[in-house]
This record gives sequence, C-alpha cells and structure tokens, in this order.
Amino acid sequence: MRLTLKVWRQKNGNAKGSLETHQVEADEHMSFLEMMDVLNQQLVEDKKEPVAFEHDCREGICGSCNMVINGRPHGPMQGTTTCQLHMRHFKDGDTIVVEPWRAKAFPVIKDLVVDRSAFDRIIQSGGYVSVNTGQAPDGNSIPVEKDLSLMAMDAATCIGCGACVAACPNGSAMLFTSAKVSHLGLLPQGQVEHKKRTQSMVAQMDKEGFGMCSNVGACEVECPKEISIENIARMNRSYIGSVLSTDK
Amino acid sequence: MKLDSKIPKGDLATKWSEYRGTMNLVAPNNKRRIEIIVVGTGLAGASAAATFGELGYNVKAFTFHDSPRRAHSIAAQGGINAAKNYQNDGDSVYRLFYDTIKGGDYRSREANVHRLAEVSTEIIDQCVAQGVPFAREYGGLLANRSFGGVQVSRTFYAKGQTGQQLLLGAYQALSRQISLGNVKMYNRHEMLDLVKVDGKARGIIARNLLTGELERHAAHCVVLASGGYGNVFYLSTNAMGSNVSAAWRSVKRGALMANPCFTQIHPTCIPVSGDYQSKLTLMSESLRNDGRVWVPKSQEDAQAIANRTKTALDIAEEDRDYYLERRYPAFGNLVPRDVASRAAKTACDEGKGVNKTGLAVFLDFAAAIERYGKAEATSQRIDNPDKATITRLGEAVVEQKYGNLFEMYEKITGENPYKMPMKIFPAVHYTMGGVWVDYNLETNIPGLFALGEANFSDHGANRLGASALMQGLADGYFVIPYTIGQFLSNEIRTPNINPDLPEFKQAEDETKVRLQRLLDIQGNQSVESFHKRLGKIMWEYCGMSRNAEGLKKGRQMIRDLKKEFYSDVFVPGTQEEYNPELEKAARVADFMEHGELMMVDALDRNESCGGHFREEYQTPEGEAMRNDNDYTYVSAWEWDDDNPILHKEELQFENVELKTRSYK
Repeated sequence: MRLTLKVWRQKNGNAKGSLETHQVEADEHMSFLEMMDVLNQQLVEDKKEPVAFEHDCREGICGSCNMVINGRPHGPMQGTTTCQLHMRHFKDGDTIVVEPWRAKAFPVIKDLVVDRSAFDRIIQSGGYVSVNTGQAPDGNSIPVEKDLSLMAMDAATCIGCGACVAACPNGSAMLFTSAKVSHLGLLPQGQVEHKKRTQSMVAQMDKEGFGMCSNVGACEVECPKEISIENIARMNRSYIGSVLSTDK
Repeated sequence: MKLDSKIPKGDLATKWSEYRGTMNLVAPNNKRRIEIIVVGTGLAGASAAATFGELGYNVKAFTFHDSPRRAHSIAAQGGINAAKNYQNDGDSVYRLFYDTIKGGDYRSREANVHRLAEVSTEIIDQCVAQGVPFAREYGGLLANRSFGGVQVSRTFYAKGQTGQQLLLGAYQALSRQISLGNVKMYNRHEMLDLVKVDGKARGIIARNLLTGELERHAAHCVVLASGGYGNVFYLSTNAMGSNVSAAWRSVKRGALMANPCFTQIHPTCIPVSGDYQSKLTLMSESLRNDGRVWVPKSQEDAQAIANRTKTALDIAEEDRDYYLERRYPAFGNLVPRDVASRAAKTACDEGKGVNKTGLAVFLDFAAAIERYGKAEATSQRIDNPDKATITRLGEAVVEQKYGNLFEMYEKITGENPYKMPMKIFPAVHYTMGGVWVDYNLETNIPGLFALGEANFSDHGANRLGASALMQGLADGYFVIPYTIGQFLSNEIRTPNINPDLPEFKQAEDETKVRLQRLLDIQGNQSVESFHKRLGKIMWEYCGMSRNAEGLKKGRQMIRDLKKEFYSDVFVPGTQEEYNPELEKAARVADFMEHGELMMVDALDRNESCGGHFREEYQTPEGEAMRNDNDYTYVSAWEWDDDNPILHKEELQFENVELKTRSYK
C-alpha cells in the first residue's frame, strides 16, 4: 500500500515546527511503528535525518510510544497503543497526519518526542506506599476483597503514556493521577496515606501546568488501557473529603 | 586468574542466614558519606536503588529511558514464583531450589539458587505491602497458578501483567526515595564506559541523551542492573532499546562475561511476517495447556498453506503430524521450552513450515474447543447438541481462559484464532548468561556488582517460567543491600571520589573518540541494516541448534561484518545533540563483539545442555546430551579482540544428584 505521510518535524523545543510530507510504501501486516521505520530507513538512505519518535517494547505495555494519528492519540482503534496499531486499518492511497502529544506540560523535545517527566514528579509527590524493604508483614496477613483488588488492578494498568492529557482540550492529567490515587486508595495497604497522597498529588499536578478537568471524557475514550473515568470521580470525592476533614 | 565464588562454608539450608548475620556492616553515619551508582532501573536496579536509599546511602541511578517505569521488566506476563506453600501442596524452599537447579540443567551454583529460593517468600510480602494488586481468591487471600516444569502452584500473578505491577511497585519505592533526596535520578542518560581507579570500579561515563554531553559520575562503587542481551539476535521479544552496552563496556574494562551462549528461545511467539519486522511478541506458555502443536505431514500441503491455496482446515486429521505428541508421549505439548523450540525448528527444517517464510507451526485449539463444548453442553443438560452449539459453548470457555491472548493475536495478525489455528514460532526471549559475579554479586572487578538478568548466576543453561521476576527482585531488595557491605565496610575512610581524576578524563576522551569514529565513517548503510544482518548470523549459527563448523563460520562472518560496519555505516548528525541513530550505532557495535564471544563460548562447550544444543552431542533420538565429566563449569571469558581467554569456575554439587532430563 502507498501512503502519504504528513509528519511533524521540529528541531528542538525552541524551534518552530511544521508538517513534512513523505511517500511511504507499506505492507498491511506492518505495525504503525514499522511503517515509521520504513520512512526512517528511506531518510537515512537519502542521508537525511530520521524522524525522532519514542518507542521501546512494541507490545503495548511500556507506554513509550505517543503519536497523534489523524488527530487522535494512538490513532483510530479503541484500546490500542500506537505500536499495536497495524496498517491493515488504513487504505492504499491514504494520507496520514502524525503529530506529537500537544500539551503545555509535555513540551516537545524533537519531532514526535515530548517530555513527560511531569508524570514522574506526580508519582514522586505521593504515588507510593511508604514501606521500606524488610518491613512488610506476611502477604496473607491482610485479606483483600477480590472485587476491590480487581478494581485496584484495573486502575493500576495505566502505562503512563499521556494519551489522556493529549486527548483533553484542557491538557488535564486527572485520569493519570486519579488512576494512581484509586489503585492505592482502594487497597488497605494504601489507606493510611490516602488523604495526604490525594492532596499532594493533586497539588503537584497543578504545579506542573496541567489543566482542570471539565468532564469532557475524551481521556477515557483515547486511553489505550481503557482506564475508567470513574477514577476521577473517586479522586474528587477523596480530595474534597480530605480538604474538608479536620483531622490531618 | 583464579575465580573465587566466595560461597560461605556450612550447611546449604543455613548458609545464607549465617552469612547475613556475620557480614560486615556500614554504620548509619558512614552510609551518609558513601555514594553508589546504579545503572539500569528495571526490577533489579529500581529495587536496589530504592533499598540503598532507605538504608541511607547516597544513590545516583541511571536509565536511558525517559522514566524508570519504561524498563523492559514491565513486559513480563506470567508471574513470579515464591516458595510460600500457601496452597498446602507440598512446596518448600528446597523444592523451589531443586526445580530451579534441575530446570537449569545443572549448570548453576547451588548456593546462589538456594538463597534465591529462600528470599522468594519475602519478595511477595514486600510487594503486597507496596500495594501490588496480586490476584486473590474470594476469601481475600493470594491466588496462585502453576507454571511449566513444576508440580506445585507457586506462581503469584497480576492478570497477564505481573511484570508491570512489580515494576511499578519498585518504581514507586524508588520515586519515594527520589522525593526524599536519597536517590538522584538521571533519566535519558546512558552509561558508555566504566571508570576504574586503582583497580576498583569508581564511576561511569554517561551520555546525556538529550544534549549529547558526556558526563563523569563518580562513586564508591558501581552496580550494573542493565538487563540481558537478547537483542543481539535483532529479532527477539525484548524491547527495542534493550542492549548489552553497559555490561559490555565493563567487560572491555576487565569484567568477565559468563556463559554468554546460554540463551532462552521461547517456543510460542507470533512468527516473523516479513523483512520489515522489528520485534516479536510472546504468546504465553499457558496456551500449550490446551493447544495442540502440528504441521502437515507432507511438504506439498505445507506449501499449499503457505501459498494460501489451502488452509489448515483443509488438512485431514490423518495428514497432520502432531509432532510433540508423537515424539514425547509422556509430556506431549507440555515439554519444556528448549525441547519444544527445537522440535519446531526440526519440523520447519524439513520444509513443513506453514507460512510464506516457512517458519511457523500451528497451535490448534479446535480439539480443546470441542472438548470444552461437549462438557459444557452436558453440564447445561443439552441433549444431542449439534456441532454449532458445541463450538459456541467451547469457544466461550476458551475465551474465559485465554481471551486477552487471543485478542492480542488477532490484533497483530488479523486472523481469528478461534476459527483458524494460531501460527507460532520460537523466538529469543531471555539470556541466562551475563556478567560473572561471586556470591556477593560482585564481579571480578572490586566494587563492580551485577544484578538481575545482567548477571549469570541463578538460571544455569535454561530458566524456568516466572523465575526472572523473582531473581531481579531478590537481587535488588534482599541480596545486594547486605552483600554490598562486604565491599563498602572497607571504604568508610575513602573520601568522595573526584571525577576530575585522570582516569575519568581518559575514559571520557576515549568515549568521545569512539563516538566520533562512528559519525566520521559517513558510509552508505544504516545502523539498522547491520543490526539485522548480525541478528541473522546469530540466529543461523548460534540459535536453537549449533555445530562446530557453523560456529566457526558464524564467528568469521561477524568479524567481516564488523569490518564492513566500521567502513560503511552511516550515522547522521553530531555528538552534541539528541541523536537516536548514534545511540543505536554504539549499541550495535557492542553487540557485534558480544555476539562473537557467544560463538566462541558455544564452540568451547562440547555438550548439549538446556538452551545450548550442539548437534554433535545428541542421542540417536535427537535429545540433548550433557557431558558432566568435562563441562560442569561456568565459562567466564576475558575479552580479547582475537583470542578471548577462558577462566573456569568448577561447579560443586553437594546437595543434588546430576541426572538426565527426559520427557519421553
């Protein structure tokens, strides 16, 4: 299949970027990133600089890949990362526009690569249980209701790719932050620090320049791991509760 | 060089606890003055860095990723073993130890493996306390499942994403130490050299991948947790960035590489579909519980399927060869990984591969669907169900068990595995070999340690399922935090190492020259194309089966490829910028030397064991033939451009009897 690609090129964070047009010959069995490999091979053969993009595991779990494809983070397929998207979902002769995540808190580094370190700092602000190695009681000493554990697991499957932020018109990181608050808050092990964690993670999220949530719901639609927007409701509840609570 | 494994004396069962209780310690006031560098932040590195931080050391942690959460540990699916015996099914520390030694085909160290089995239980406790959402029973207690090669249920899991959840647990513990200021995290930094001062590892040269700047980082010691080298084969289940460079750079500075030819080829991966392919995807081993592996009996049928003039469904039952069931009636489709992989290769070598590359076999669920469908019809009291009903009911059962894997398969191949058998083929998955370490996980360079997949110590010639996660976390949380004291307790009077020492300057200069050399070639071929060719040579001559002639040829081909690489590779851009092509070029250059050493190692080992199958050493039925008299040793290689030097560590088996593995 023959495709026309319009790819975002930007030398660095300060440079002005623009779309560059290329023709690529692809195979329907290729993944989207393998099609990008073909483009890069072409560019290198022409002694030009290849398009910078992030990728690693190529099996939908590391969260590295991040392309806005025809206006949608990770492209047209539901519950699918860019690396798991295959070319059979496109037609011969298609024009495909490829852009980086666009959000104030994710500045472009080069071409399709953006800086997502704000997510690390949100986790550092409280997205953990404070337990040192060796302090743990026996694994079975605290039973956890199966359904609760499954709900925590669903929230914990977040891969930290940032599609939720890229999808949101406000550039909000509420889905990402609330997924971690939910995962830990639903489990007894995370209860002790729950209020403090919610407050400090929300504060860090604001500090990083992410926008507010206005219940658009695009984050849930574009999330490749289909993390539910219910997590945001849960975090809001916990946040309001913790702010109004008198006991610190 | 005399290799001292430093295994403590005493009874196997109490060795570790006695040693731990008498080891040298570093007092809290001294820990504050000591610096540790950790390279790599996957399971082993993140758990070690977090624990060092908790203990009060000053830690600098490095990853080439944009975040520690991206390390390839995240992709592990199945689970993590621990000898908890929660199922009351007769498991014990000894049984886990024994299974691991036997699974490794008697080529690992008894003492290390026993320690691994001992600390396995603490890992589960620690991870639960961190909030890892392990699967649970309705009573709220932890669930287990069983895995290949063992007879107990000792595998803990979090859906099909156990590696992800464990890594996030370690990442969060690490994040906490970063926020407390105990760990300084260097994302997007790649170690490009090891710096030794007076024979001890005292720092690294790291490249800031965003700016291209070379940085000198000094510390009292260096801990490598940089993963395995499966990507030497280009196509593997490893992530694209996984590489051997941190380990290989240490080897170039004198560390020994142990058993490099021990690689694990996993039998059930989605086959290669074309030359453009960049990576292979695993289909969990659990599928072999219900899937039957087969190829057509005739080459003509195989050809017809490859040309799409026939499909699997057109091949009559009597024209199919269920070769695992035929060759291994006792274990059938559930033989261990190394055996299943070799059998698939044999079938394809006979021209019976079932896709256009000729490198695929069927994994068929039709029989399971029918069996489950009939059982379900009976339990639903449906008399004389028709075929459609049986299929519908059977597919529903299979979906419950393997739904997510079937979905992933369909996403990648575009074929519906409920209707058409899956096509699978073996792929490189894990490397048992790695940097040589003693019982303290210290290499032969004082002050340089290696953890997790980067070292060689626990899996022998073949790793059992759900043991990689166990080893990574055992090393990071529960072994190195103690054993590093044996080295650091003698360093409490050593002031902070000065990165302006001439050794640092020299290493930095050499790195700069090395990178510039790659840029200056300005040839005509891409880095990727060299990597692909290297991978093909490795796969052909040092893959699932090897022979002396092929290994010699393969070694020469790599040497020729290396020459061509240094005269015709094209790397765009400069050193002083974000340059992913340059990063790749440096890694591929290291892979070529490491690949050559794998050939040398495989040629030296004149026996077949675990993942290492030498065609000359097999029984008349085609089974692996170990040679315990001559090869019960660890091969630890000192690198030399022309003649790598072998150092042997003899393995002592005092507690288990060496036996032949048989699955007939």
